[in-house]
Amino acid sequence: MRTGWLTGLVAGLLIVTGSGCSGDGSGSEDGRITLRFQSLAWQKESVDANKELVREWNAAHPDVEVEYVQGSWDSVHDQLLTSFEGGEAPDIIHDASDDLADFAYGGYLADLSGLLSQRLTSDIPERSWETTTFGDGVYGVPFLQEPRVLIANAEWLKESGVRIPTPEKPWSWDEFRRITDELSGGDGKYGVAWPLKEPVSATLNLSLSTGGQLFHRGADGKVRIRFEEGDEVVPRTIHDQVNTDGSASGSTLGSGGSDTLPGFFGGKYAMVPLGFSYRQQIVQQAPKGFDWQVLPAPAGADGLTQGVSPQTLSVAEDSPHKKEAAAFIDFLLRPDNMVRLARGDWMLPTGSEALRDPALRSEKDGWAVGTALAADLRSAPAQSVRGYPEWKDKVATPAFQEYYSGAIGLGELRRRLVKDGNLVLARYQR
Amino acid sequence: MRTSRRARAGQYAALLAYLVFLAFPFLWLISTAFKPARELASLHPTWLPQDPTLDNFRQAFDEQPLLRAAANSLVAALGAAVIAVLIATPMAYVMARHRTRLAKAATGWVVVSQAFPFVLVIIPLFLVLKNLRLIDSVPGLIMVYVVWALPFALWMLVGYVRAVPAEMEEAAAVDGAGKVRTLVSITAPLLAPGIVATALFAFISAWNEFFFALVLLKTPEKQTLPVVLTHFLGAEGVADLGPLAAAAFLATIPSLVVFALIQKRITGGMLAGAVKS
Repeated sequence: MRTGWLTGLVAGLLIVTGSGCSGDGSGSEDGRITLRFQSLAWQKESVDANKELVREWNAAHPDVEVEYVQGSWDSVHDQLLTSFEGGEAPDIIHDASDDLADFAYGGYLADLSGLLSQRLTSDIPERSWETTTFGDGVYGVPFLQEPRVLIANAEWLKESGVRIPTPEKPWSWDEFRRITDELSGGDGKYGVAWPLKEPVSATLNLSLSTGGQLFHRGADGKVRIRFEEGDEVVPRTIHDQVNTDGSASGSTLGSGGSDTLPGFFGGKYAMVPLGFSYRQQIVQQAPKGFDWQVLPAPAGADGLTQGVSPQTLSVAEDSPHKKEAAAFIDFLLRPDNMVRLARGDWMLPTGSEALRDPALRSEKDGWAVGTALAADLRSAPAQSVRGYPEWKDKVATPAFQEYYSGAIGLGELRRRLVKDGNLVLARYQR
Repeated sequence: MRTSRRARAGQYAALLAYLVFLAFPFLWLISTAFKPARELASLHPTWLPQDPTLDNFRQAFDEQPLLRAAANSLVAALGAAVIAVLIATPMAYVMARHRTRLAKAATGWVVVSQAFPFVLVIIPLFLVLKNLRLIDSVPGLIMVYVVWALPFALWMLVGYVRAVPAEMEEAAAVDGAGKVRTLVSITAPLLAPGIVATALFAFISAWNEFFFALVLLKTPEKQTLPVVLTHFLGAEGVADLGPLAAAAFLATIPSLVVFALIQKRITGGMLAGAVKS
């Protein structure tokens, strides 16, 4: 009897859902192909630009319809992994390049090498393609990226009389330290506030400017960690600003970028190192009359080089319509369209032609400084290192946090990153 | 007497502090929802918005289909609550009244099952639902929520059933009532507050659930409120704070309403049970 009603309930649910079931998302009963495009765009202008481009594509391609699906940066990795495992992944996938390695090596993403047009392939520079190349294949098209820049209180800088850096004549790391010391007043005012909730990627990406590599691939193909002179400069500068000079606020070390903005607007910090796209929040939230400007991050022996993990578009290996999906990506990333996407997200496009667009060369809101930095952006150092997420979470994040707060010294930081770190990486490279 | 009065004052103070502690995030959420962007970025945040605005609500509704998402969440949460209770109640009765080894093992399993992380079950679950053609459907999501809520619902209800004196059922049997009549007329009314509390638990956990909904629902029109709320978040935790707070505030209202509607019934029922036992 009990089994009876339970079976009835399940059967009832099956009947109810019978008509609501989804297909495979690409059915072509009438010869029409449907592609699902999962976008992670979230700012209104960016979502609007994406939807508009999808509409334009659909109007011009009656046989290949693209369905826009709103994804979310939150838990995107787990969501995609489950969809891949279940054979239900979207055809076209928006993600970040540092999230692609597992999917690429796992065989979930299509190798786009032979699928993309010559126009698109040659428009995006090799250094950007490196961020989505794993082994012999290319598993995503990098299309938006953001350098870390210094957002500065322009009035404060002007009054202090310090030299204002430009992409052509940036500050060196030593000069940056000296200037932040000069700018801090000692009365709760600091030259800089480092939002280092995620200290690892910020440190590693900026360390490329001083020749810091940290991860070194040997002749045997295995990656090992070495903490050399070039790796020391950025962490030591930050450490000394906080703990020796008192020119950087210690209280922001555990904060995210947005958390530092009230202090910045309130005149507590002269500068905040932030991602380029934070300009949108600043435009939206800055008090009336607040004068701000974008400055390049300090340069080292390797100039303004820094690491980035661009946003990417990939095609699912299971998609039955890879060619059409690649054609849509090609359409989405035509120079004009790339500019629309970049402006919507307040980021830089990877495409060389899009970068030449006058709209992205304007002095207003610091666009010109950002585009001038584009040529110096490289693949983030740890991007293709297997075991990096575990190393980052278990070893590097606590080590950097303790070092920046002054709890441990440089020697201990080195020991942990190298000794403990190599033990972690070794497990992934047996 | 003086000590007792002082102790009582201390108790009230502790209670007040606890209430303030509980209420703070919600009150701050409401305040944030009505603050303009520039006030949100102020170095000196104020309790009350200095220049209250409805712009965040306007923007939230303008940018995301909140009403449709709320309707989806409501269907999923109500469906999960009703079905979970329908399944859990008879099971709980059996487990409470017949203390066999099987019942003990089942109780143990219920406790252990609460420790399973989502990620461990989501892929097999996804495959099962796919085979049943229940991916991307709200009924499929309801089934998942029922399965997810069932162990705890069962655990709660077993306790409520045990609180109902078995002697009352025996007395009904002596008076000639059959098993079904006893259950319907004697046990069920006494269990009502427990059933309502369990349903409330299942409703709230389904209403707030994010990950299953994110993974299982593909069509934008079917997405639930917690999934739509994440559309106000960008990479690395950047947030469109004002609209997010406005939408999150609206999202808490149904839970509060449901709770307000049935809380009297829960407390009333509990007191009634106390007198009878």
